[in-house]
Amino acid sequence: MKLPEVEYEAPATAADAIDLLAEHQDEASVLAGGQSLIPLLALRLARPAILIDINGLAELSGVSATDGFVAVGAMTREYVAEESQVIAGSVPLLAAALPQIGHEAIRSRGTIGGSLAHADPSAELPAVALALDAEFVVRSGSGERVIRAAEWFEGFLSTSRRADELLVEVRFPAATQGTGVTFTEVARRHGDFAIVGLAASLTLADGAIGDARLAFAGVSDVPVRAAAAERLLVGERPAASLFAEAARVATADLDPPTDLHGSSDYRKKVAAVLVRRGLQAAADNAGERQ
Amino acid sequence: MADITLRVNGVTRSGSAEARKTLADFLREDLDLTGTHLGCEHGVCGACTVIIDGRAVRSCLMLAVQAAGSEVTTIEGLAPDGEMSTLQQAMWDSHSFQCGFCTPGFVMQATAFLSAHPDADEQQIREALSGNICRCTGYQSIIEGVLLAAERSRQV
Repeated sequence: MKLPEVEYEAPATAADAIDLLAEHQDEASVLAGGQSLIPLLALRLARPAILIDINGLAELSGVSATDGFVAVGAMTREYVAEESQVIAGSVPLLAAALPQIGHEAIRSRGTIGGSLAHADPSAELPAVALALDAEFVVRSGSGERVIRAAEWFEGFLSTSRRADELLVEVRFPAATQGTGVTFTEVARRHGDFAIVGLAASLTLADGAIGDARLAFAGVSDVPVRAAAAERLLVGERPAASLFAEAARVATADLDPPTDLHGSSDYRKKVAAVLVRRGLQAAADNAGERQ
Repeated sequence: MADITLRVNGVTRSGSAEARKTLADFLREDLDLTGTHLGCEHGVCGACTVIIDGRAVRSCLMLAVQAAGSEVTTIEGLAPDGEMSTLQQAMWDSHSFQCGFCTPGFVMQATAFLSAHPDADEQQIREALSGNICRCTGYQSIIEGVLLAAERSRQV
């Protein structure tokens, strides 16, 4: 059999899932959509003693708009989020990234919470969550806590979720008027992991940039926010020369990994090009939304 | 061992399997439906694609126990009376395939996609099939087959 021997539980409620996590701690893996975890099992890169399957927890699925935020249940499938009018209307950066995740059949099963808890630094959703300062709601026997995106991603495939905690919801701030976004990535094949990806969001007010957000995928062991470039952009008027300078600043301190898909130097050059193009596209569609 | 009951190609089927058994292996080994092919067994090649409750899904990335209660369609379910579906006939007429290993995955993925997007253009079809790997054809004949099926479906 392809997968290693493993115990399996499919709790009927989140409370039962949390009890199981409390019992098994880091011997357990939470099975959401399985589109990353099952390959890790198949390749023997993960050897949990027990799988806690949360696919039966309907309470963890759904998208709702609540005062300035869009709350997405951790078990919400990517295709459901892709079809959500609430997300399309209020979190356009997330909407732009969703169709670029994997392939159609992957999005049939893959979940928002699963991808963010897996925390692959080349994946789309971590960069989006970081750019938007999303909030992660985790629940354990001792209650809930909210973790900011900046504190969520700790390293390659690792997050600040404790072993006894279950990710139940991710809250994305709703975009304000005059916001333009792009999610762009360079990959070998549509649907493959990004060699470099960029989440970009600009909010214009009276022709000037009021808010700028930039986060990279694929340039480190975690998604990377380009804070210095964001500061440079705020208060300025969109212009090609400004975006070129932002690209220089955003990539100056990057030290991307080298692998068979591209060298560090190549990734850095691609990152700068994505910033330039991404900002221009975001500024163009911010103008249209004003 | 877990008892699993599900609907496959319109028929209620039951079996019993370890939790770690993938749906792909369950279909092939326990239900003798060997039309579903396994290439990479970790979600890259698309050969094992089946349709579950109307959506294309990789059966190697799902446990059999998770499919309990679902409606599954495999390649064997597309020509129940021995007559090929519109898509299968169009792919036959377009000489879409050579060795046949990737065929069930492509056909199931394209079946799910065309039923949701009957007016899809070539670019959308290419994108929808981008997760399936074929080592023989270079893909052009596959795309032509799906385009032909879309065109024939619109004429009906």
